Amino acid sequence: MATDLLACTHRGDFPVLDQKVNGSPLVYLDNAASTQHPACVIDEIARYYREDHANVHRGIHALSSRATKLYEDARACAARFLGADSNDSIIFTRGTTEGINLVASSWGTEHLGPGDIILITEMEHHANLIPWQMAARRTGATLQYLPVHGDEGIIDWSLLDRRFKGSPVRLLAFTHVSNSLGCINPVSQICAEARRNGVITLVDAAQSAGHAPVNVQELGCDFLVFSGHKCCGPTGIGVLYGNPELLADLAPYQFGGEMISSVTYESAQWKSGPHRFEAGTPHIAGAVGLATALDYLDKIGRPAIQTSDHHLGRLAYERLSTLPGMRILGPKTERAGIVSFQLGTIHAHDLVAYADQFGIAMRGGHHCNQPLMRKLGLHATARASFYFYNTESEIDRLVDVLHRASRYFGV
Amino acid sequence: MEIDELYQTIILDHSKRPRNFGELPAPARKGEGYNPSCGDEIAVFVGESSSGTIEQIKFTGQACAICMASTSLMTIQVKGKSIAEALALKRTFIDFLMQEAAPATGLGNLQALGGVKKFPQRLKCATLGWHALEGAFKGRM
Repeated sequence: MATDLLACTHRGDFPVLDQKVNGSPLVYLDNAASTQHPACVIDEIARYYREDHANVHRGIHALSSRATKLYEDARACAARFLGADSNDSIIFTRGTTEGINLVASSWGTEHLGPGDIILITEMEHHANLIPWQMAARRTGATLQYLPVHGDEGIIDWSLLDRRFKGSPVRLLAFTHVSNSLGCINPVSQICAEARRNGVITLVDAAQSAGHAPVNVQELGCDFLVFSGHKCCGPTGIGVLYGNPELLADLAPYQFGGEMISSVTYESAQWKSGPHRFEAGTPHIAGAVGLATALDYLDKIGRPAIQTSDHHLGRLAYERLSTLPGMRILGPKTERAGIVSFQLGTIHAHDLVAYADQFGIAMRGGHHCNQPLMRKLGLHATARASFYFYNTESEIDRLVDVLHRASRYFGV
Repeated sequence: MEIDELYQTIILDHSKRPRNFGELPAPARKGEGYNPSCGDEIAVFVGESSSGTIEQIKFTGQACAICMASTSLMTIQVKGKSIAEALALKRTFIDFLMQEAAPATGLGNLQALGGVKKFPQRLKCATLGWHALEGAFKGRM
């Protein structure tokens, strides 16, 4: 029961988990879509609104200066969380999707042109795929894919060097952990290869930042993005880390208040640093809540969270494999706590609706991986995704309900 | 259990053994339905008689049990009807699923889908085949 250690000590921190759904205790296995919030995050957001709220960076009064301090402290917290050298390399966004759109729009427009290649993988979430399709269309660059092989989701990263040397690849954007396959890509190795070849890298850390140590210096990436709500923080807030040298001459993404140094009727000049990319009043309470969440995770320790995640993922893989007609995506070992599967001929929506009747929350669908699903000959899969507050007995309950579902739908 | 209201025996039967499953060659009309949230897709093929009634109807697709059963039952229920009658039945069916006391006139076995009322997130599944049917008539009315 060693893996339940974190759940034993920390499950109680999450008020939402203590409830019955359809008459059974809630088993929340939809963490890859959104994680739940510990009471400290919920309380801090409420406290901020009760005691400190005002607009940031423009008021002289006490509340404004408190709110500004909290907001900038949150930036420092995110920088620490990612091991970034400077707070100025942290841009607050609405989430992973906006972070990628920002880079694709600002960096892409300035640095991409006809003949250039944007390289991504076939396992990317739509959020790390469509912005590049659009950037390619806008700039005349070409979008190319590193192929994914088989249900295990293997990418032959050894081909990268040849790919870089044989063609004018300008940017490589890829996910750290696949949200459907649960595989973990060797980020530091990939980024080192890219850097040797002068290729800019963007890492989608949506599924990893709250689940494992993620240090931008060690990974050696140029850009990295994640969302608050996938690591115990609020929705509507996320982080884009950018290599300071690249951010220095990057044009703004949106325009308005907060991001200017001076404006005339004819033109405007931009602030330096991350504020240039944060037009308008930011999601202050979101940043405050996110900082509380990141501190909470680091108090538990991300290495411990990673161990728990991997154990639950491996265990779920093993136990689900015993079901007749089970097809599981992703690698057998070295996997994150994300397990997508197809059970016999039962459609994912039917399976997820059935499981919900027993209090089990899962996701069913294409997980914003339509091209990959199509390539694997699947329309939709069910997905159980874990976090450190999940327990081994919850995996047993899932397996039990899947056995019932097999009988019910007559596989 | 509430789930048994959703997955009634007739629905499980039609989802496993969909009736009128397959394609019709041209000049049959084809309409398609697609649910972007789950990737489900249904194609409905309609062959009209000289008097404008639905003489033949078939469907193909990949979808959940609710969607497959609803489409399968639909093909049985609209066969022999005029296009206007089929579209009126579509409205009756959708009203039946969305409104508490809506009449079920002419729905026959489609009433087995009444459990969807308690699962509003499955409404799209239950109506996808019907939207494909309407698509087959596009440009015809």
